[in-house]
Amino acid sequence: MLNYLVTRLWQSVVTLILASIVVFLGVRQLPGDPALAMAGEEATPERVEAIREQLGLNESLITQYLKFVGNMLRGDFGQSTRTGAQVTDLVAATLPVTLWLSAYAIVVAVVVGVLLGIIAERFRGRWPEWMANALALIGLSVPNFWLGILAILYLAVAFGLFPASGYVPITQDPIQGFYHLTLPAIILGTSLAAVIMRQTRASMIETMKTDFVRTARAKGLSRQRVLVRYGLRNSLIVVVTIIGLQLGGLISGAVVTERIFALPGFGKLTLDAVFTRDYPVIQAVVLLITVGYILINLAVDILYSVINPRIRVGGKS
Amino acid sequence: MTLPTADAPAPLLSVRGLEVTFGDNAEPVLHDVSFDIRPGERVAIVGQSGSGKSTIIGSILRLLPGDGHITGGSILLGNDDLATASEQHMRSVRGRRIGLVPQDPASNLNPSMRVGAQIADALAASGHRNGADVEKRVVELMTEAGIPEAKRRAKQYPHEFSGGMRQRVLIAIALSRQPELLIADEPTSALDVTVQRQILNHLQTLVDAHGTSLLFITHDLGVAADRTDRIIVMSEGRIVEVGTPAEILLNPQEDYTKRLVAAAPTAVAAVRVAAGSSTVKTGPILEVSHLVKEFKIRGQRGSILRAVDDVSFSVERGTTTAIVGESGSGKTTVARIILGLESATSGTALVDGEGITASRGQQRRALRRRVQPVFQDPYGSLDPTYSIEKLIDEPLRIFKVGDRRSRQDRVAELLDQVALPRTVAQRRPNELSGGQRQRVAIARALALEPELLICDEAVSALDVLVQEQILTLLADLQSNLGLSYLFITHDLAVVRQIAHNVVVMKSGEVMEEGATDAVFRSPSSGYTRELLSAIPGASLVS
Repeated sequence: MLNYLVTRLWQSVVTLILASIVVFLGVRQLPGDPALAMAGEEATPERVEAIREQLGLNESLITQYLKFVGNMLRGDFGQSTRTGAQVTDLVAATLPVTLWLSAYAIVVAVVVGVLLGIIAERFRGRWPEWMANALALIGLSVPNFWLGILAILYLAVAFGLFPASGYVPITQDPIQGFYHLTLPAIILGTSLAAVIMRQTRASMIETMKTDFVRTARAKGLSRQRVLVRYGLRNSLIVVVTIIGLQLGGLISGAVVTERIFALPGFGKLTLDAVFTRDYPVIQAVVLLITVGYILINLAVDILYSVINPRIRVGGKS
Repeated sequence: MTLPTADAPAPLLSVRGLEVTFGDNAEPVLHDVSFDIRPGERVAIVGQSGSGKSTIIGSILRLLPGDGHITGGSILLGNDDLATASEQHMRSVRGRRIGLVPQDPASNLNPSMRVGAQIADALAASGHRNGADVEKRVVELMTEAGIPEAKRRAKQYPHEFSGGMRQRVLIAIALSRQPELLIADEPTSALDVTVQRQILNHLQTLVDAHGTSLLFITHDLGVAADRTDRIIVMSEGRIVEVGTPAEILLNPQEDYTKRLVAAAPTAVAAVRVAAGSSTVKTGPILEVSHLVKEFKIRGQRGSILRAVDDVSFSVERGTTTAIVGESGSGKTTVARIILGLESATSGTALVDGEGITASRGQQRRALRRRVQPVFQDPYGSLDPTYSIEKLIDEPLRIFKVGDRRSRQDRVAELLDQVALPRTVAQRRPNELSGGQRQRVAIARALALEPELLICDEAVSALDVLVQEQILTLLADLQSNLGLSYLFITHDLAVVRQIAHNVVVMKSGEVMEEGATDAVFRSPSSGYTRELLSAIPGASLVS
């Protein structure tokens, strides 16, 4: 197990280095000039040049990259070229919003998706399965910005069930905090829930046909107990993998969802930075997302071996 | 229900006119099946795959797969008719009154649940909830089923158990609530003969001790004869014949039973060795000397497994040599080295004086033409997307033999040789039966006119009647074409039928080798004697 972890960590470091190069070069391929954006439309060429000098944009790419990496290792992500604020402060302010939102969305998606998946398997060929399948189809095919707008129009504005926008830090006021995040989390989790539902249904159907399920029923266990202890547990292995693969989509979904519900999150920060060519912020944001991705994958792999004892590497010796 | 008569005790289970259908308006797969099992009686149902024996179990437990359902008849357990009982009622029958030991120990345990918990689940179904009590009972049951260190092993997962040990776990589950009837569905067909014997002996002791009735499902007449009081022979969803083991084996009445008995691969079955085939060259075609193969064990630095340990033997031209052994004996590794699919750590395997592992390029290609394999699983070894013609002529295309036209002719000729109609050429493997597929595999192996065929468990996956046909085919091909065979098998009865010489392997080493007759008549090693006495059915017939 330790060997496995060390290997995985080493792979992660290599991935990070590659990612930093891609990010650094990618940002510089964006059309537009940060110095121009900073100086404003009516600045003189001299003023723009001075800003370029100040930001170090005139130096060679390699020097710029080494500086970038060196600063990053010291925890210094630089300053926003737009507002002058420390990038670390910006991230610290916005990241929790997104993390709460995503975590909440995952929980919603897993609960809804797995439940619907079980229902679909349990009532195969009858109306509950049709309903679950229809819901999954809607969840997959309707874009979540539109779903978000509909939700605001009807659930928030017309019936007043949820606030239409706004954010209350969960650490300050948990009840209000979760209440404000509920609608965004549902919208963000919709497509993930749909994918999870379909996977759960498919792998439950497969698992319930296996020999060990029949043997379990021959013990005299109720169908419900067999479903949970024999069917679900083995089906979850697939579901965990799917969640891991779908998290990338969740991050890009968060960008859109935060925009719709006016949440001051990471997604909004990213979007604003891209529109204003805020190099330091873009770099930091993309790298953090990469780190997040790597950590999530690591977590999924570890979780995988917890659920599935057969791939526990090395075992207890 | 049927009333008990004065001379026989009331049957525990009474099946009358059972008819089962899959899907709507389809032909029934079981027709008018009737039989009784009396308390303490042991009854075997014998039949080949597709005969409907597993469907009977599915009906009794009301766990038929898919859309199978009972369309007629009754299944009386005491006064309950299980054929029409509610699901709620069935739950009080399953496990408590009827226990099931399923067929395949590899797939019948939940892979993500500790073994102890799976046994505890069976107890939980009867309302045992007290944690400490359940744990104690689990350890008791495992010990009773013959699992050493039960306390520790209860906390392990199924993949940490060997096949035999898993089957013991399944037996513990089936007996956990002391059912009146135990159904054993081919409980040992996936296991080695010696393990099979241990498990069956143990099962029998337990069943006898508790006075449990036994319904034993098997394809093996020998096992049925050894272990039960009465045999029911089934074919195509109907009961063909019922009788005591002696009646069925020694005096079968029905044609089908007679064929089954004749084909039964017991140690006494007809010897089918091809008599002295006329070959021009003499001397060994294959010489294996001091072959060693070591594998590094993953995760344990420095540990080495000697899968093949100083193995030497030879195959004479035009004869059959069998390597016999249980799983893990290294017999398949030997075959893989000879085929050049694996390299030897040391030692040599020479085909007509040339070593395939030492050869390179052209020479190696030429050697490959002369040695061809036939594998065990006719379902896995044929590409399902290829037509039969494409499968058989693939080796010809690889070696660029002839043109399109002549290859077509050759395929037709090969189909004739393996007694398949030429019309199958355009079909795909999934349209053929297991036996037909194995004929295709043999035809493919023969395409390049090899001198040596390596048959790795080539008939193990087939039903006895089909197995007999394939063995006959192999013997015919040997006398017509002067082929030599290296036959890898775990089945001593098959060895007796086809091999001139036999090599007995265990844990990578050769235990004994010699002429088949001599080895069978007076085995010199204890292990061979153990293997021979483990062959089911031998005791009864001889």
